[in-house]
Amino acid sequence: MRGLWCMGVLLLLTGCGGEPWVKPYERANLSDPIMTFGRDPVSSSYITHVYQAREGARGAEGGHGGGCGCN
Amino acid sequence: MVAAVIDRFRHRRWLFTLAMLLSCCLPLSAAVLPEDRIDALYHSYEGGGIEINGPSVLVRKSIGQSVSVSGNYYVDAITSASIDVITSASPYTEERTENSLSADFMHEKSKLSLGYTTSEENDFLARTVNFGVSQDVFGDLTTISLGYARGWDEVGKTGSPTFSENVERRNFKLGVSQILTKNFVMNLGFETITDEGFLNNPYREVRYVSADCAPKSYCKQLEVYPRTRTSNAVALRGMYYLPYRAKVHADLRAFSDTWGITAYTGEIGYTHTYQDAWIFDVTYRQYQQDHASFYSDLFPYENAQDYLARDKELSTYTSRDLGLGVTYQFARGGWGFIDKGSLNLAYHRMWFDYDDFRDLRVECAPAGCEPLYSFYADVMQFYISLWY
Repeated sequence: MRGLWCMGVLLLLTGCGGEPWVKPYERANLSDPIMTFGRDPVSSSYITHVYQAREGARGAEGGHGGGCGCN
Repeated sequence: MVAAVIDRFRHRRWLFTLAMLLSCCLPLSAAVLPEDRIDALYHSYEGGGIEINGPSVLVRKSIGQSVSVSGNYYVDAITSASIDVITSASPYTEERTENSLSADFMHEKSKLSLGYTTSEENDFLARTVNFGVSQDVFGDLTTISLGYARGWDEVGKTGSPTFSENVERRNFKLGVSQILTKNFVMNLGFETITDEGFLNNPYREVRYVSADCAPKSYCKQLEVYPRTRTSNAVALRGMYYLPYRAKVHADLRAFSDTWGITAYTGEIGYTHTYQDAWIFDVTYRQYQQDHASFYSDLFPYENAQDYLARDKELSTYTSRDLGLGVTYQFARGGWGFIDKGSLNLAYHRMWFDYDDFRDLRVECAPAGCEPLYSFYADVMQFYISLWY
């Protein structure tokens, strides 16, 4: 079990996770600007700011970035 | 002597909000440098006797291939006659100015982010630094991010020049974005926040049953909060691309803290495009929380417990939010130094319904018979964005 953990951590650190199941050329839809968490930062920051000013909860509001790796 | 301004701290929290947001934006971004763009926004909030408006300007520019810097100037011009204010003090106006700088550094699939934010009001100063790192792994299907922020607040009190308190804040966050299919991406985020210092509003009061303040059947005393607070939040978000260039998304968040507050947030949304130039957004969000353990609308007697709060944001309540947005994209083929631009209008109607916070504008006896408080707010944003 420890070996598996070590291997997992190693893969994580090196980013060598093997073949991605969604190939880069299949990510056109994900790279569309509408598929961005917080498409316009100046706007999404403001509206979250409004929520926090009126609510007791806080944190984990983000979700920016889509992780599409489409650069 | 300036009248006590009860809900001033409500707006002060906005600094901390933005500081946290900034730290939030940075580490949760994928390992891609943000685009060069300028956003100029006008915002307006009106509801519950409060009007807040002002500008926000965000400029981001790359330096070479691996560095991007940004600056944000933000103003809240506040006119408040909220229920707290009109039942305890005089309406007031004030202004909060916030400035922030940040920088992102790319190295292969890693991104390092640093930021610094200040916020100033006449009796409040806050400074926050944040640090984040994100890494694309597993064929760039997964982005893992870590963030840390540290904040220092200096709290004053109008009319009490000797009053000076401090707050220290720490944020820790972890995020994972995962591509699941060629149309579906999810994000899981955790955040822990700890505060230490003077955490309550120096102006706000609680009320307790007493015949000493006739003709009212209650008297008031200042709030007393614990000097520490730790909160945990976890959020799961998903977006799905629809085949006609549209999107649906859903967000869920759970929250709890050492003050006894538990809260849940849910949001769904739909984005539709039309003729490439138009983008329409509609969202519905609902939030519910249970009150803090030391909150009460009416305490049975003076100094009824060690900690006392009557902040409606610590009460039990539900809020709903319907949001609409429209974006028109212009100069999509480029125009001078501009690569493209957009005009944007967003409107939100929010409803707040409190379960244990009563409307003290209504006089009745005995104390506690007042109707429950509720209000709605209209929030508008208009902004122009230019990519270059």
